Amino acid sequence: MTEQTLSTPGSARRRLLQINPVYVLLVALLVAIVLLNPAFMEPQGYMNYLKRAAALAILSGGALYVIVAGGFDLSVGAMMTLTVIGSSMLASNDPNSTYWIIPLMLGIGALVGLINGLVVSYLRVPSLIATLGMMITLTGVAFVWSGGAPRGYLPDTFRFFGRFNITGVPLVNIFPVAIICLVVFGLILWWGMHRTNLGRMIHAIGDNQRAARLAGVPVERVRITAFIVSSMSAVVAGVILGGRAGVSVDIGSGYELQAITAAVLGGAQLLGGRGSVPAAMAGALALEAIFTLLNLLGLPQPVRQVVQGLILIGAVALAMYRRKRTGR
Amino acid sequence: MSDTPVIEMRNISKSFPGVRALHDVSFSCARGEVHALVGENGAGKSTLIKILSGVYNPDSGTVLIDGKEQHFRHPQESLLAGISVIYQEFSLLPERTVAQNLFLGREPVRGGVIDGRAMEDETRRVLGLFGARHHIEPDTTVADLDVASQQLVEIAKAISLSSKVIVMDEPTAALNESECEVLFSLIDQLRAGGTTIIYITHRMREVTRLANRVTVIKDGEVAARFDHVPDPETIVRTMVGRDIADYYPPPGTPQERGNVVLGVRGGGNAFLRNIDFELRAGEITGFAGLQGAGRSALAMALFGAVPFTSGTVTLDGKGVRFTHPRDAIRAGIGVLPGDRKAEGLLLMQSVRDNGMVTARSFASFLASHRTNAHTDLAGMDKLFDRMEVRAPSYEQEMRVLSGGNQQKAIVARWLALKPKVLIFIEPTRGIDVNAKAGIYHLMRDLARSGAAVMMISSDLPEILGAADRIVVMREGRIAGEFPRGATEADIMLSATGEKHLAGEAA
Repeated sequence: MTEQTLSTPGSARRRLLQINPVYVLLVALLVAIVLLNPAFMEPQGYMNYLKRAAALAILSGGALYVIVAGGFDLSVGAMMTLTVIGSSMLASNDPNSTYWIIPLMLGIGALVGLINGLVVSYLRVPSLIATLGMMITLTGVAFVWSGGAPRGYLPDTFRFFGRFNITGVPLVNIFPVAIICLVVFGLILWWGMHRTNLGRMIHAIGDNQRAARLAGVPVERVRITAFIVSSMSAVVAGVILGGRAGVSVDIGSGYELQAITAAVLGGAQLLGGRGSVPAAMAGALALEAIFTLLNLLGLPQPVRQVVQGLILIGAVALAMYRRKRTGR
Repeated sequence: MSDTPVIEMRNISKSFPGVRALHDVSFSCARGEVHALVGENGAGKSTLIKILSGVYNPDSGTVLIDGKEQHFRHPQESLLAGISVIYQEFSLLPERTVAQNLFLGREPVRGGVIDGRAMEDETRRVLGLFGARHHIEPDTTVADLDVASQQLVEIAKAISLSSKVIVMDEPTAALNESECEVLFSLIDQLRAGGTTIIYITHRMREVTRLANRVTVIKDGEVAARFDHVPDPETIVRTMVGRDIADYYPPPGTPQERGNVVLGVRGGGNAFLRNIDFELRAGEITGFAGLQGAGRSALAMALFGAVPFTSGTVTLDGKGVRFTHPRDAIRAGIGVLPGDRKAEGLLLMQSVRDNGMVTARSFASFLASHRTNAHTDLAGMDKLFDRMEVRAPSYEQEMRVLSGGNQQKAIVARWLALKPKVLIFIEPTRGIDVNAKAGIYHLMRDLARSGAAVMMISSDLPEILGAADRIVVMREGRIAGEFPRGATEADIMLSATGEKHLAGEAA
């Protein structure tokens, strides 16, 4: 239809349809948690929740880059595992090692993202397959590196980011460093996606790659950059998660799908072209809130997976429905 | 014509949230007539057809088939009632054969298995109606056919269903002249056999050639109904609601004609052979030819998307060699692709983002998306304003705009870079009459401001009307060059290679 479709009578309703439901969902879930467990209202309660959610939220913001570019990055969970295992192997209990280990890990993350991007762009391997291969490879590397059982510990300087709480803060008393990381990286990812040429071009190639190429967009460079951002945010998420939870061989497994679920909950268009970093992060917070809620209800761990799978399907279905409603 | 109309739609109204698509529209077709349904884009033609075929339910009004009231809830039901609709977007399965597509969902069965033989025979019989020049094998995979042949398969499907009514929505959009003729004679045959054709088009020539009656729809209402086809002027006037004087802008003057901007000598690649031509500043050079004559391939070669492998290209007198679109863009060449949806539009992005994309592509990744060396958001808005892009807001997604406005927004993409050469491929395909005139004037303004405009079009009248000089291509070569004022016959002879007609099946 033409311009008239958007004339004033429908626009109020239209705007209502455009409010991202992930924020409504998040608020509803938090209210539900508070009703079940009033202690959540205490700083101790919600700060810990945010601390738990920080790694996934950063990961989701990074994974969104690849999703909006029209791909998937399934290797991020394994990248988190590799970060934790690799760091613990290299640290050998030396507190000073953190200062070179984290940059090194970020470098490895960038390299992994580069390889993912090159394989997808130039060898034309679909990203789902390419990053699935990378996931298996990285898991294997982590396993071989640790010899099957992780040795060593992460020094406190490393665990600072995921575990440490700043105490004596007015009003809230405790303030986890992880939340500072969440805010800082959240802002960086938001800025990169929504305030730069890179972000606009990621949207463009995810929307219509051929059109973007003919319009002059350096499609390969943009896509490779998206994979690098995704992998590097996995390293950051790995550092925070490792700090909070300690070393284990399967620490990052499953996070890749949680990140995709979070992004879709945030209204990201699978296959690219649309997505919002704040909404993806809100999706991650909502997902963590659901897990918290399931915990409060006393449901066993495997139920999480059932719920997560259903959410992924439901969120995609909802996104398609909204698209139909607001679309042509 | 018989007494009971095959189709009668009475007082149909249909609204969508925020828009009244149809208001009290009545429309009827007799047996064995070609009824042209014309109107600008968004006038409501497609909505009317979708109500007829059961895609939409009307808010009020009734649909009668052979005098009996029908309430189709699904396109399949209307299909069974004998109504076939051929949409602009084809509904063929690309990975299946022609025969499989023809019999989709109603495969003949013998002894519990699909009777492939019967399918092929029937398919061959129906395809035979198209004549020997448009031979399609039943076992060809649809994806391997060109757009024109796919169109013929769609029509064949309708014929094999023995539909009483066939609706054709701009069927010639993707066809060249000779293929159009095949379609027209086919329509004549179908009409003679008693089939009713509802023919949706923008092209007056086709209305004059084919229609028995004409219904003009404007702003969701029937603007006029003609029991005899009037002259094109009258139809266009009712369609647009006013006279269109200066439909085509005046030609370029000798003073406006500048130096040679782009020259090609002996250019060739897999699709092109021995290409020699020049583009001048201030001039619109039209490129005519049949589908597959190499005009788009030439554009893609100049643009570096499918580069020349031999010959030389000069830009402003200097030799250049583009192997990637970015090289060509940097040097000052822009392309408006022919298949806007697939190659031009970023449908989910805002109008602004669609305009800014090229300028952003040559700026630093991490720089602000609001401004760059070529333009900024305010500058882009001014460009849209100047070109009269009609949108509720430039923040609106591109897909809500009409075809003409989408095209203008993509032109803005290039204007921001002030290109030396701008290549328009099928610039007005699927665009309504008013917007077409806007595009022609835009091209002329561009030429006046010193750009060389290359206009590739399969719409011969528009090339004759808008171009200063016409280059004709045939089989990957330049077949001829004509000054403004050449006749349609001159161009067609050159494009088909005179008696060579039989060789042009592509």
